[in-house]
Amino acid sequence: MTAHDPAALPGGVFRVHWVPGADRLLGVCYCGAEQEFEDPVDLWNWLLGHPEAPEPAERQRLARA
Amino acid sequence: MTSFVRNQWYVAAFGREVGRELFARTVCGEPILLWRTESGAVTAMSDRCVHRRFPLSQEPSRIVGDQVVCGYHGFTYGADGVCVSVPGQKRVPRTARLTSYPVVEQDSFVWVWIGERELADEKLVPRAPWLDHPGYTTVSGMEPLAARYDLLVDNLLDLSHETYLHGGYIGTPEVAETPITTEVDEAAGVVRVSRRMDDAACPPFYANSTGIEGRITRWQDIEYHAPCLYLLHSRVAPVGSRPPEPDGTDPDGFHMEVVYAITPETEHSTHDFWAVARDFAPDDQAVTDFVHDNNRTVVLQDVVALDVLEKAISAERDGYQELSINIDTGGLAARRILKRLAEEGARATAGSTSAGAEARGSA
Ligand code: FES
Ligand SMILES: [Fe+2]
Ligand SMILES: [Zn+2]
Repeated sequence: MTAHDPAALPGGVFRVHWVPGADRLLGVCYCGAEQEFEDPVDLWNWLLGHPEAPEPAERQRLARA
Repeated sequence: MTSFVRNQWYVAAFGREVGRELFARTVCGEPILLWRTESGAVTAMSDRCVHRRFPLSQEPSRIVGDQVVCGYHGFTYGADGVCVSVPGQKRVPRTARLTSYPVVEQDSFVWVWIGERELADEKLVPRAPWLDHPGYTTVSGMEPLAARYDLLVDNLLDLSHETYLHGGYIGTPEVAETPITTEVDEAAGVVRVSRRMDDAACPPFYANSTGIEGRITRWQDIEYHAPCLYLLHSRVAPVGSRPPEPDGTDPDGFHMEVVYAITPETEHSTHDFWAVARDFAPDDQAVTDFVHDNNRTVVLQDVVALDVLEKAISAERDGYQELSINIDTGGLAARRILKRLAEEGARATAGSTSAGAEARGSA
């Protein structure tokens, strides 16, 4: 996950780029978090759960714990 | 509870459809009677008489001045829906009133508020100012769709289907091939999908209306204001021409503002309002006729496809499988927002005391 940059997008706005030359999608949260996905369903699960929800990696860690 | 998104503004009609004749349209399962008072204001109320539920839009019901007289036994209602007289007796029952609907007439549309009256805020009606702007020439229509409204939302948010369903009209290979950028504004309930084609074939719809002969840069910028209003800002220009200026002026661009109002009629049918406003060849009637006929043809191609799709998915078990890919990013975002708005709308209604006001009285 990249550093949070509150100036990136207006509050409450999420943006999804289609990574040039690739089949991947890059989700960007207004808080500055970014993550690439191959499936738009997974992408929205992550993005719209953000920033309240834990990161997928964090969720997996919690699930394992 | 239905799946309709309540406590929202919906387009019930074009302003031109409503006059001094009684006009009915069902919105989100609610039969609504629309008419204009002598002052020209549109008024909207339930299309079911409180007495024996006769549809007030049905002859011989009629408008007399600023009142509606039921054609069955003569219950008479004012423009606010309150019953002012009943036959054979002086006393009008206190509860004799039709549910009335907040109305806003704006941008050539008649909007009605479906939900709790006290939550209606006219400032929340989304705008499509081109439709009655003097700088634009507009064509429009409404096609009945025998499909749930979500299917039209899906359809409009993923324009890659133009390449396949509308080939030879508005579709070219570049539409499906060009990546999109998607944006969601959660608070505003807006989804934006942008597709910018730098060098694309010019489909007949644009070639014949603009007169451009070679290849084009083609921009499709969608703005979906959930649940009802869909805007497609379409710009085409010959390849190599100047881009828009920073101040928004764009002498080389041809602009079409394509507007849809997606109004649920029942759980399985939708009013598919469409309009195209253009800023070029404003007085050329041949272009106007072409844009109207060609766009309507395209709308009907979607209607045919979605009517078939509705039948197919109605026959499926609940929880049927779909598979989403990159082109579905915008449609999936719209579904999320609609789901959230539906939940919020249902909560607001559940919290209100006015629910159940139309319960049937005893004889
Ligand atoms: S049903 Fe309208 S007056 Fe009887
Ligand atoms: Fe279409
Ligand atoms: Zn975030």
